[in-house]
Amino acid sequence: MAIAATAGHAHGDPHHIGVVIEHPGPAPKRVVTGFGFWIFLLSDIVMFSCFFAAYAVLLGQTAGGPKGAELFDQRNVAIETVCLLVSSFTCGMASIAADVRNRFWFYLAMAATCLLGLIFLAIEFREFADLVARGAGPTRSAFLTAFFTLVGCHGLHVTAGILWLLTMMAQVFAKGFRADIMRRMLCFALFWHALDIIWVAVFSVVYLLGSAP
Amino acid sequence: MLGKLTWSAIPFDQPIPLIAGGVVIVALLAVLIWVVVKGHLPYLWREWITSVDHKRIGVMYVLLASVMFLRGGSDAILMRIQQAIAYQSQGYLPPEHYNQIFSAHGTIMIFFVAMPFVIGLMNLVVPLQLGVRDVAFPTLNSVGFWLTATGALLVNLSLVIGEFARTGWLAFPPLSGLVYSPGVGVDYYAWSLQISGVGTLVAGINLVTTVLKLRTKGMNYLRMPMFCWTTLASNLLIVAAFPILTATLAMLLLDRYLGFHFFTNEAGGNVMMFMNLIWAWGHPEVYILVLPAFGIFSEVVSTFSGKPLFGYRSMVLATMAICVISFMVWLHHFFTMGAGPDVNAIFGIASMIIAVPTGVKIYNWLFTMYGGRIRFATPMLWSVGFMVTFIIGGLTGVLVAVPPADFILHNSMFLVAHFHNVIIGGVLFGAFAGFTYWFPKAFGFRLDERWGKAAFWCTFIGFYVTFVPLYAAGMLGMTRRMQHYDVAVWRPWMIVAVIGMAILTVAVVCQVVQLVVSIRNREALRDRTGDPWDGRSLEWATSSPPPVFNFAFHPDVRGEDAYWEMKAKARQEQFAHAEPEYRDIEMPRNSPTGFVCAFFATIMGFALIWHIWWMVILGLIGAWATFVVFAWRDHDEYVIPAADVARIDRANIEERRNLVSLAGSV
Repeated sequence: MAIAATAGHAHGDPHHIGVVIEHPGPAPKRVVTGFGFWIFLLSDIVMFSCFFAAYAVLLGQTAGGPKGAELFDQRNVAIETVCLLVSSFTCGMASIAADVRNRFWFYLAMAATCLLGLIFLAIEFREFADLVARGAGPTRSAFLTAFFTLVGCHGLHVTAGILWLLTMMAQVFAKGFRADIMRRMLCFALFWHALDIIWVAVFSVVYLLGSAP
Repeated sequence: MLGKLTWSAIPFDQPIPLIAGGVVIVALLAVLIWVVVKGHLPYLWREWITSVDHKRIGVMYVLLASVMFLRGGSDAILMRIQQAIAYQSQGYLPPEHYNQIFSAHGTIMIFFVAMPFVIGLMNLVVPLQLGVRDVAFPTLNSVGFWLTATGALLVNLSLVIGEFARTGWLAFPPLSGLVYSPGVGVDYYAWSLQISGVGTLVAGINLVTTVLKLRTKGMNYLRMPMFCWTTLASNLLIVAAFPILTATLAMLLLDRYLGFHFFTNEAGGNVMMFMNLIWAWGHPEVYILVLPAFGIFSEVVSTFSGKPLFGYRSMVLATMAICVISFMVWLHHFFTMGAGPDVNAIFGIASMIIAVPTGVKIYNWLFTMYGGRIRFATPMLWSVGFMVTFIIGGLTGVLVAVPPADFILHNSMFLVAHFHNVIIGGVLFGAFAGFTYWFPKAFGFRLDERWGKAAFWCTFIGFYVTFVPLYAAGMLGMTRRMQHYDVAVWRPWMIVAVIGMAILTVAVVCQVVQLVVSIRNREALRDRTGDPWDGRSLEWATSSPPPVFNFAFHPDVRGEDAYWEMKAKARQEQFAHAEPEYRDIEMPRNSPTGFVCAFFATIMGFALIWHIWWMVILGLIGAWATFVVFAWRDHDEYVIPAADVARIDRANIEERRNLVSLAGSV
């Protein structure tokens, strides 16, 4: 490798394009981790888009069963949306608290995020249970199959996020704001905000467009 | 307690799978006992199973692919024999069994041979070519590999416990729905792909991040070796396409397990949606496999022609063009399913447009060879054989991409011949070229050339003898997946094809013998310089096999063909340079996370297939706990002292001085 150190002749711009930005070398760990997690989130969004596509295709396939307009309760959805959007705010607060190494505010903000997430899940669970009780479960028609899968998939992500959130709190409690834990916190925050973005799409496509008569 | 699992799941009445399974189990037990008795187990655990070194993981990927290649290949032999003798008779395979064999053959060859082979080569080579110490996420890399192994294990388990899908390798509903496939075959198929798909996605994320974020100093995008570019394109496709497979299989599984109605005939389900989703993944998948092979050919052709790659920038452009267009042609897989002439015309044209960047690549390889000093070593033979074979496959592909022609040819043996033509001629030849080319880098000695050439010629000839008859049979109207037939004109072609299969079998034997002979003669074949082919990119700048940290310090890249220029420069200056300042190197510590996680994934997959719900929960909790334990550890790196780095690097430089002084000029 010593050979490399001496290969000093300028061959920077063989095609004479004019601008040569020399690559400085491998990126720092924090950047690499965040970037990799972004790529994962994009892949997750691709998966969601398949369920969105299925919902769009099967929207009219009610097989004589109830339509969206008869089933969806917009007030419920509004509360869910508020919970999730506010939880994104508190998640941002937790990130800031972690950045300034303030444990008290970190725990408080994370606990608030967790609580809001749980309220969201409870409302969603009640909605699902109510639909099943009314005979509009996922096996009733292809439309309901697509509805339950898409919304349920988002709900599962929120559940996983809450598990992750509790693990993060435990980690900060046990180990403090170590560099690797801060990297994980960055990923968690990205994950939680991405769930918000997906919820906005769910809200628009499933509940607004889906309840059009 | 054990769900659907009973003693009747083991096929005591069918001798073929039982004997095959028995032989495999005995062989596995023998290897395991040998390993334990000889005391190799701690070494295997420490150095391989828990390893997070990208080179080791790459080797294990290729090993997995090779073992599964033997399994998928024996399925192919069974099928060709059946079709050769099943003229006006039932042949020797019952239809049930035959259907499982062709489904398993396709599934295994694509998911557990081609995929792990190319991912293994990318893992092994890309960090070296980029001049860095490891991939972006080393532990995740190990998780990805072991999850792929889990999928392979589940598929093989279906041989002895239960059954495999009888639906073909993409399990189209409603045939794969619960009504028409009530057994566990489709569940084996779906869960093994679901689990190994997660592994593939992880590998894709890892390699994309590696290429985009971890390049050595001076390694601009337009100085990356071609293989890094095709790796980037292929892994971008993985990241964009594999989630579609995950979603599609999840929908199929929901239909089967919970009575949902995505793809059922009743309650408004839509089977065409499955076709669209599965091929929206399935078409890019073809390019996920073949793009890395294109990269391998680029490296091999320029190295063995002693010339820089012709038209490097057009090659990059062609690669990225293929990456994008491959997502716009999925519908050509079901031209005949009623999409209408307008849609068919658009997708037909898009399909033919892909031939343009592919043609650019072929011409670039030819022009690279033109005027070069060509050495016909084994990797070069595979590359030239590829060019001839792949052009034929591409031409028949253009034929099938014409919707009116497709109405005649779809679902016929012509189609079977076409995609074997491109996948064997493209991916498999590329995998073998890469295997021979980079073997000395991975193990420190070259492979035997004579047996390698014998393997090439047998594969090359055997391929044509097997698949040209299938083109003919397809033209004569023979559809695929036939258990038996009554048309006399097809028979001679089937008999020729089985002869071809025999030649291909000899080729596989040659490969095995090549490996054995090379290991036995490894002292004579030893590569002391780290640069056995007079290579041009950075992987040849380090020793063979490379030290765990790859490079003593990050190489400084000044142009394309980084190592070639370094060699020329070193020769000019007659090594009159100061020794660099060596520093301590931090490397990630080994971790059993991947193995343990895959262990629980196997339990979970098996339990899901057989509806053993308590075991599913056990597997889930186990996998989650594994990650928490991993996240809890305090020391994830260890330090290699500068003195050790200096010692290793000095020895390496001493070894290669002689070679560099002989290297050619730029």
